[in-house]
Amino acid sequence: MSMTMNSTAATSVPMLKRLRNLAAVACVALGLSGCGYNNIPTLEETAKAKWGEVQNQYQRRADLIPNLVATVQGYAKQEKEVLIAVIEARAKATSMRIDASQLTDPDKLKQFQDAQNQLSGALGRLLVVSENYPDLKSNQNFLALQSQLEGTENRISVSRRDYIEAVRVYNTELKTFPGLLWAATFFRGNKPMAEFTATEGASTPPAVKF
Amino acid sequence: MAAPVQDMRPCLHRRLAVIGCAVLLCVMGIAASLAAPTFPALTGRIVDQAGIMDEQTKAAIEPKLQTLEVKSGIQFVVATIKSLEGGDIETYANQLFRAWKLGEAKNNNGVLLIVAPNERKLRIEVGYGLEGTLTDALSKIVIANAIAPRFKAGDFGGGVARGVDDVITILTTDASEWAKRPQIRAEDNSSQLDPAVIFIAIFLLIFVISMMNRNGGAQSGRWVQRGKKRVFIPNSTVSASKGYWTGGSSSSGWSSGSSSGGSWGGGSSSGGFSGGGGSSGGGGASGDW
Repeated sequence: MSMTMNSTAATSVPMLKRLRNLAAVACVALGLSGCGYNNIPTLEETAKAKWGEVQNQYQRRADLIPNLVATVQGYAKQEKEVLIAVIEARAKATSMRIDASQLTDPDKLKQFQDAQNQLSGALGRLLVVSENYPDLKSNQNFLALQSQLEGTENRISVSRRDYIEAVRVYNTELKTFPGLLWAATFFRGNKPMAEFTATEGASTPPAVKF
Repeated sequence: MAAPVQDMRPCLHRRLAVIGCAVLLCVMGIAASLAAPTFPALTGRIVDQAGIMDEQTKAAIEPKLQTLEVKSGIQFVVATIKSLEGGDIETYANQLFRAWKLGEAKNNNGVLLIVAPNERKLRIEVGYGLEGTLTDALSKIVIANAIAPRFKAGDFGGGVARGVDDVITILTTDASEWAKRPQIRAEDNSSQLDPAVIFIAIFLLIFVISMMNRNGGAQSGRWVQRGKKRVFIPNSTVSASKGYWTGGSSSSGWSSGSSSGGSWGGGSSSGGFSGGGGSSGGGGASGDW
């Protein structure tokens, strides 16, 4: 770098000036990133990506439900109430989607969580009820769906854990030095993201016995 | 030029502060996640912490796991754990998988078969990249049909051996996937560019061009003192630009750029055994006996 400066300082060719400017910009960029200027946007994007994953996994669960309901219906028509509860809870849960820009709104997040918890509860009841039907319990399709559902619940809890951790890191960056300085100057618009509180129904997947 | 350099000096202090903060954050992060249990070290493809497998079985399984990785890049590790330390096996398996970083970083193609004999729980944890092949349902079937019955009879070695066989079968019988995979990996590696390398290359380029300009100018022009300024007068614009370009092609800057390119990619481990940087999002299935 110092050699570049010596060689450029000796000349006055305009192209070199431009190069010098370029180098200066690069230096400033390097310096800024060294001082943690990039941390806030980077961590924000990470947290948003993690949220996307949370939403994906909930969607995945919702996608499994029609098939599950159809299978259960074949064996347990009389359990209409439980089946309808699942369908309604699913409709409500899938209608709630949170845009990455709404993550700073704790109320929105709570509504989302409540809707998903309701679906978790309804699904749990459906699985409990299905215990009473031996034919259903030994149905291969049902077993496969059950293990998929179980796996999805586990993915949900992993993605939730990842999101909570990403939000914690991002919020910490906003409140601690040196991120504090950047948050007070260049990133005034950046608000802390809402915590995703772990609640009973959602963190414990419906127990599935084989 | 001088201004940004001066700017960077106070930044050194800040940079130190940032590093300090980062270290502190790391420590805090570790402390926070150390509600997470302590994990055994990844000493090989079979980590028998609970000591439930005999040497013969281990010797029989190990080469299979190795062949699988050589052929497909899939990193399959078997672990037996003394204690889940109060947590559930799903969380433990996921955290252990991530701590060991099983599978290649690009493909996340790791599999972990974890057994906790004292809690009578086991789990197959599947990396992101293999979720489509070794699905939850298939993992469940392997556990329910191949492993759990043998564990129930007290035959841990046999259960693990059969489970490993079945998982490998699932991972390798899908012929099209199997054939496709090495190709995909090769492409991934060639297109992988480290941003730091690009940055260095740009700097090198700027440096080289400025050097070239100076040399080329010295050959085909001269410096003249005009008043207080030193001005460069080329002999003719054509020869000056010619000198510039020949200087460019003969410069060693280009070849050094391409030789540093030789170190791009990589990522798979060599010498000893360690994870390749893969991660898991909770795919797979659990069971008990």
